[in-house]
Amino acid sequence: MSDPVIKVEGLTKKFGSFTAVNDVSMEIRRGQVHGFVGPNGSGKTTTIRMMCGLMIPTSGMVTVLGMSVPEQAKLVRCHVGYMTQRFSLYEDMTVRENMAFLCRVHGFGHKRRIERIDEVLEQFDLVPLADRRVGPMSGGQKRRIALGAAILTEPELLILDEPTSEVDPNTRREMWGHFFDLAQAGSTLLVTTHLMDEAERCHRLTVMNQGEVVADGSVDRLKEELPATVLEVSGGEVTPLVNDISTLEGVLAVNQVGTVIRVLTRDASITNQIAMAIPQSFSISEVPVTIEDVFVSATRDGSRA
Amino acid sequence: MNTISSSIARIVAICVKEVTQLRRDRLTFAMVVAIPLMQLLMFGYSINTKVRHIPIAVCDHSASSFSRQLIEDVQASQVVTVTTRAGNPNQLHTMVQNGVVSAGLYIPIDSERRYYSDNGEAIAQLIVDGSDTVMASALKALGHFPFLPGGVSSFTHNPGDISVTLLYNPAQRSELNTVPGLLGLILTMTMVMFTAVAIVRERERGNMELLIATPVKTAELMIGKLIPYVVIGMIQMTIILWLGYLLFQVPVAGSWWLLIGSCLVFIFANLGLGLVLSTVAPNQMGAMQLFIFIFLPSILLSGFMFPYAGMPEVAQKIAEALPMTHFMRIVRGIILRDAQFEGIQTDLLFLALFFVGTLTLAILRFRQRLD
Repeated sequence: MSDPVIKVEGLTKKFGSFTAVNDVSMEIRRGQVHGFVGPNGSGKTTTIRMMCGLMIPTSGMVTVLGMSVPEQAKLVRCHVGYMTQRFSLYEDMTVRENMAFLCRVHGFGHKRRIERIDEVLEQFDLVPLADRRVGPMSGGQKRRIALGAAILTEPELLILDEPTSEVDPNTRREMWGHFFDLAQAGSTLLVTTHLMDEAERCHRLTVMNQGEVVADGSVDRLKEELPATVLEVSGGEVTPLVNDISTLEGVLAVNQVGTVIRVLTRDASITNQIAMAIPQSFSISEVPVTIEDVFVSATRDGSRA
Repeated sequence: MNTISSSIARIVAICVKEVTQLRRDRLTFAMVVAIPLMQLLMFGYSINTKVRHIPIAVCDHSASSFSRQLIEDVQASQVVTVTTRAGNPNQLHTMVQNGVVSAGLYIPIDSERRYYSDNGEAIAQLIVDGSDTVMASALKALGHFPFLPGGVSSFTHNPGDISVTLLYNPAQRSELNTVPGLLGLILTMTMVMFTAVAIVRERERGNMELLIATPVKTAELMIGKLIPYVVIGMIQMTIILWLGYLLFQVPVAGSWWLLIGSCLVFIFANLGLGLVLSTVAPNQMGAMQLFIFIFLPSILLSGFMFPYAGMPEVAQKIAEALPMTHFMRIVRGIILRDAQFEGIQTDLLFLALFFVGTLTLAILRFRQRLD
């Protein structure tokens, strides 16, 4: 059960002189929901496309479900459900027609096709939308349809590229429910996101920045191993303090959250310096690390997010 | 066996998808029927190289029985109809200049004397508006009009004359030439245009990433996209031939099977060409622009509008590379001259090879990747 479903080693992709993905290595284990996070343009989608055989790596090795990509990409495609970042179903066809097309392409017989489509429509609450054209539907509805289409063929591996963008919080919660159901049923999911609450839910995380993997591991371990401490400053109007604190030596990042400032520092020894830099009426306390802190500290160099 | 049947299943999947999308695309769907209809009516009725009843004005200074008979005989040719009278030659000239009439016939006062004198003087003058060459050449022919005043004995025979006999289309009805040509024109227009956008549209609308992530192979995609358009091409062929017969009485002299078979090969050749354009074009607009590059020479050089034999060598060489040129020869041969397979086989072979070549090129050019 611990064999990696996706194994990537030294993966590099160059577009001319621009290196989109640089020496990436990662493993995705069976039955897990693996989060893939990073700022926009950090190379997540390019990495995913190379995993699906849609792009040829400049160098490096990709193995998906034991098959090497891109050599065996055609075979891999029969076992992978891929949900693209940009909606890619046919907008001038209905939900059912789109799903029927995908079933036919995967060689489903008539009976199995009808049954499976009904099953998926039911599962994702799409029955009322089934015979309507996809084009005019809302972003959230389209995402649900795309997810339904991706799992139509009951793939062992699901690769979902920003499945919850343009989705309202309730639908988002619902979709994550589906993800865990699918993992429970034995599927493996690779999900990209830049929402921290979503990243927090994953079994494991890979964080990418500027084409490189900057953090990789289980969520708890990443938090534990973060070489930083988070201090919270509160007790009044904190906005004018942001600048003063961020110029101090040893401060990695400063972020105002409502009426408090979260200060990411190398260690707690800086507390005194901060106390001297701000009026005494403010209080400083050490707080637990969140996954956002992991993300910020991993991606803060030249981050484009 | 299993791979073949699953391959067929995927081709069917693409076909069903294409037809579903076509049904939704009202504009394209309308084009399938409206283009043959419109072109047939417009070209059939307006391309008419045989000119009749051109309006002319007459200035008759002779005002004799001689001149009256001349005017009647000129009109009896049916080439011209006298619509206006003019008082003097200047007025005649102004009328032609202003486009009131296309020509002016001036009969001088001594017209009859000129006719009987031996020094070969012209008996009258026809001032012709030369701006329309087809009309001008028809009017020029009036210059040699055999006029016999008072003559009942119109059937004279000049031994020096060349007797002209017209085979095939003896009445010189231009529809007979135009309608088969339109078959080629319409099939080129719709078939190349539909497939030229077929693949680039998937790319532009973002469906390509989904499509290439499925197990569909390139050849299956191409063939699946072709088949619905073959059916459309056959529908258009039926409309054109049926309307051509109904409205313009264009009969099919040759074998129907040969005609349908040739159309089918031509349809495939055009679809292959469209697919190549679709793999070259960066977007749908670009595909349409590329299509114009193919379509213009197809109209102008293929022999549809101007005789192939009269074109300079360079133009002929270009024309030889276009499927439409070969189809023009085939279709006019079958419909008008009852051409047999032996007579059209080289052109048919060209079209067949053209299809195989373009389809191969399209498959090779198409990358199942995004980079």
